[in-house]
Amino acid sequence: MIVITVNDTEQKLQVDPSTPLLWVLREQLALTGTKFGCGMGQCGACTVHINGVVMRSCVTPVSAVSGQKITTIEGLAPSNDELHPLQQAWIEEQVPQCGYCQSGQLMSAAALLETNPSPSDADISVAMAGNICRCGMYSRIRRAIKSAAVVGQFEPAATELMGEINDG
Amino acid sequence: MGKWTRRAFISAGVVAGGGLLLGVAIRPGNRATKLSQYVTDEGETLIHTWVKLDSNNVVTAIIPHAEMGQGAGTALAQMLADELDADWNLVKFEEAPALGEFANYPMGQSLLLAGADIPEFVLPTVEGALIRAAHALDLQITGGSLSVRATGAYGMRVAGAAVKEMLKTAAADAWQVPVNQVVAENSQLIHKVSGRVEPYAAFAESAAQMTPPVSPTLKSIDEFKIMGRHVERHDLPGKVDGTAIFSLDIRLPDMLYATVIRAPTFGGGIDSVDEVRTRAITGVVDVIRLPSTEVSSFLGKFTYTESIAVVANGYWAAKKGMDALNVKWRITENDAVSSEAIFEQFDRDITAGVDREPDITQGDLIASMGNAAKVITADYRVPFLAHTCMEPLNATAIVTDGRCEVWVGCQSPLSFRQSIADALGFDVENVTLHNCFMGGGFGRKSRPDYAIQAAQLAASLRRPVQLIWTREEDVRQDFYRPAVQSRFRAAIDKRGDLIAWENTYVDKHEPDEAALIPYSVDVQDIGHVRSPTHIPFGAWRSVAHSHHGFFTESFIDEVAVAAGQDPFHYRAARLQHLPRQLAVLTRAAKEAQWHRPLAQGRGRGISLQSSFGSIVAEVVEVTVKDGNLSVDRVVAVIDAGYAVSPDGMKAQIESGIIYGLSAALFGEISIKDGAVVESNFHDYQSVRMSDAPAIETYIINSGADWGGAGEPGTPPVASALTNAIFDAIGKRIRQLPIKNVDLQAAVKSSAAVS
Repeated sequence: MIVITVNDTEQKLQVDPSTPLLWVLREQLALTGTKFGCGMGQCGACTVHINGVVMRSCVTPVSAVSGQKITTIEGLAPSNDELHPLQQAWIEEQVPQCGYCQSGQLMSAAALLETNPSPSDADISVAMAGNICRCGMYSRIRRAIKSAAVVGQFEPAATELMGEINDG
Repeated sequence: MGKWTRRAFISAGVVAGGGLLLGVAIRPGNRATKLSQYVTDEGETLIHTWVKLDSNNVVTAIIPHAEMGQGAGTALAQMLADELDADWNLVKFEEAPALGEFANYPMGQSLLLAGADIPEFVLPTVEGALIRAAHALDLQITGGSLSVRATGAYGMRVAGAAVKEMLKTAAADAWQVPVNQVVAENSQLIHKVSGRVEPYAAFAESAAQMTPPVSPTLKSIDEFKIMGRHVERHDLPGKVDGTAIFSLDIRLPDMLYATVIRAPTFGGGIDSVDEVRTRAITGVVDVIRLPSTEVSSFLGKFTYTESIAVVANGYWAAKKGMDALNVKWRITENDAVSSEAIFEQFDRDITAGVDREPDITQGDLIASMGNAAKVITADYRVPFLAHTCMEPLNATAIVTDGRCEVWVGCQSPLSFRQSIADALGFDVENVTLHNCFMGGGFGRKSRPDYAIQAAQLAASLRRPVQLIWTREEDVRQDFYRPAVQSRFRAAIDKRGDLIAWENTYVDKHEPDEAALIPYSVDVQDIGHVRSPTHIPFGAWRSVAHSHHGFFTESFIDEVAVAAGQDPFHYRAARLQHLPRQLAVLTRAAKEAQWHRPLAQGRGRGISLQSSFGSIVAEVVEVTVKDGNLSVDRVVAVIDAGYAVSPDGMKAQIESGIIYGLSAALFGEISIKDGAVVESNFHDYQSVRMSDAPAIETYIINSGADWGGAGEPGTPPVASALTNAIFDAIGKRIRQLPIKNVDLQAAVKSSAAVS
């Protein structure tokens, strides 16, 4: 038996341990927001967080994350009636077209802002390079990340901003 | 984005409509009574095929188009709501059910009657015939950038205006006042004299009894209130929190999972299968051979060759089972075909010119070439391209008691439903199709092969099954944008004026006019030769414009350079007879600051292409440093007549540009041993965030006829890009993709213009 914690809920699983986490999420746990795109870690549609770190769930065997804390798109918002600042920015900038890649895009962007609250264009390009959007909404994704970084409640961001203000 | 032709539609339409222009009297009346069973819930009244009203005064537009990212539902609902004078906060929309009764006859009207002036008294007849024709043709297609310019212009606006008239009449009757004293505003009916105000919903039932007027009065542009306004798309909240349902997200009780493989060489089949290792894998339930299936639809007749599926209790077990399967494929006559051989064949066939068919011939080509001060020649090539929608092909099906239910994301629900029924030998009434959000479409999801496979599996298993293609199968069993070669010869006189344009390319595809040029030149000879391959053809975003936009707009650049003139001015000077094109081109040059000098190693290129009713010009700026290319900026200008949903249109143009850029930079499906070499995103690459340029889109509302937005952004980008590379380093790129070109070796030519 493999035990994992998904979006703060502990899950006990009877599965082939080689099964990629993606399929456990989608089939055993009915969390279908995480998408299948390539099966080889190339497109990022399956991106989730393992202990806050970005991971491609389509190439991560579930056995490798035993005992770990996993966050999926369904667990990104702070509560049921509140969106994550990135989700809000995604709507304001009208980012999605087909929307299929957006769970993965949002998870990559969220991990970026956690560690780098006011990313530069170059930082965004690097952090988002693993996520393909075939509808090509890259300009909007970039804009949305920047606007979320400004309005988001990211502690270090606020500190840094204060620093800039103090610096004059 | 359809292989279907207007010609085909007309001939089919006449047959199916039973003498369309002979005036067979079929008065449609109000079809709502019959249709309401399919689309109304408690408290809702269907007033018109495309409009229902509920007791809370909410209007729902019924949209005969599928959602693959383009946001057509929003734009179409805007068109309907505006003519209806509805309160936008009280407007919803839903996709029409996949039933013949909701066939998209307004689209047929646009294709069939484009520009035709139909006398008012004949309109009901034509309308009735079109409904029958659209039904017979399973017309409920999303493609050809047609939603706004066909369904919207001919359907949604008319429906909105008709329902408004019906509601006003109903109110006038109830209030016993003249109808011209009743005003419709913000989903309310108002009689100012008596001070009466009632919501639309109060008159829904009585309006539903009326026959809709066929040609109600439509607003002029200055009366638009909702069209042209920025509105948020309704489908986005579910697309940011993971709750939007794509067909891959369908979950049925007791459902199995399957994956499938077809012979890698197109037209091939299965010689033998060793299933022993597969069946030994825990979770594998079955290995099933699916028969070769012939499908005939509006798109034409196709045969999908046999395939073999592995069924398991989960996708991972099915995938492991597939990897363990030992299949011997049948030898075919195409086993030795390669990309090189295909291009050699194209070259031969163009040179031989056998049975060359003209697109346009005017003037004396031989004389002009003889009189030329300079003759410029060039050969261009593009490779096959796959669609690679983000969502790999999949479908979920269940077959019980002679009935089949399918969940799929597709661009043509009615023809999918018919194809599934044909494949199973069922009456079409016994097939229910639920169309889900599509994770991309781009033309691929107009082919029903994957849905048929799922239905065949469900029929065999007697259990619900979700078929999921691997990405590898998705890349290798596509219907491809064809590889094309195009040969040019142009003549210029002493002053550099273009005096003759000759062009021969292989294989003509829709749209008819894709290879034509807008520039005024008296002598033109544009034509094509047939050079068939065994690679399956598919409509790929902007279809034939995707390659001709690269060919013609690169070659006109070569001509300008040979004439020693600025590529923008050279084009502009030859567009004096086309003021809209000239305005679009000029605006693009202006916004891009065309004449601002660029630093060493940087370049700027321009391109213009009219497609699907819209005119688009793009200027690309690049930097080439040490052989590394960076696409810095794209400026796009579109004139689509009028932008119903300006931000939606911009999003479509951005999307079309990135799609075309992926193809120009990286896109290449190569053929070896008769089969596709590439397999996944590592070797069939897409533009990523780090490659993506800044894009600025400008809209010109010229008030001309409505044009499309989904495709027209794609055709200009490849040539604008390669023209920019030429401007930067003097290297002319005549074969895509650019990843195969060594940009290191090139040196900026002194002849290059800036």
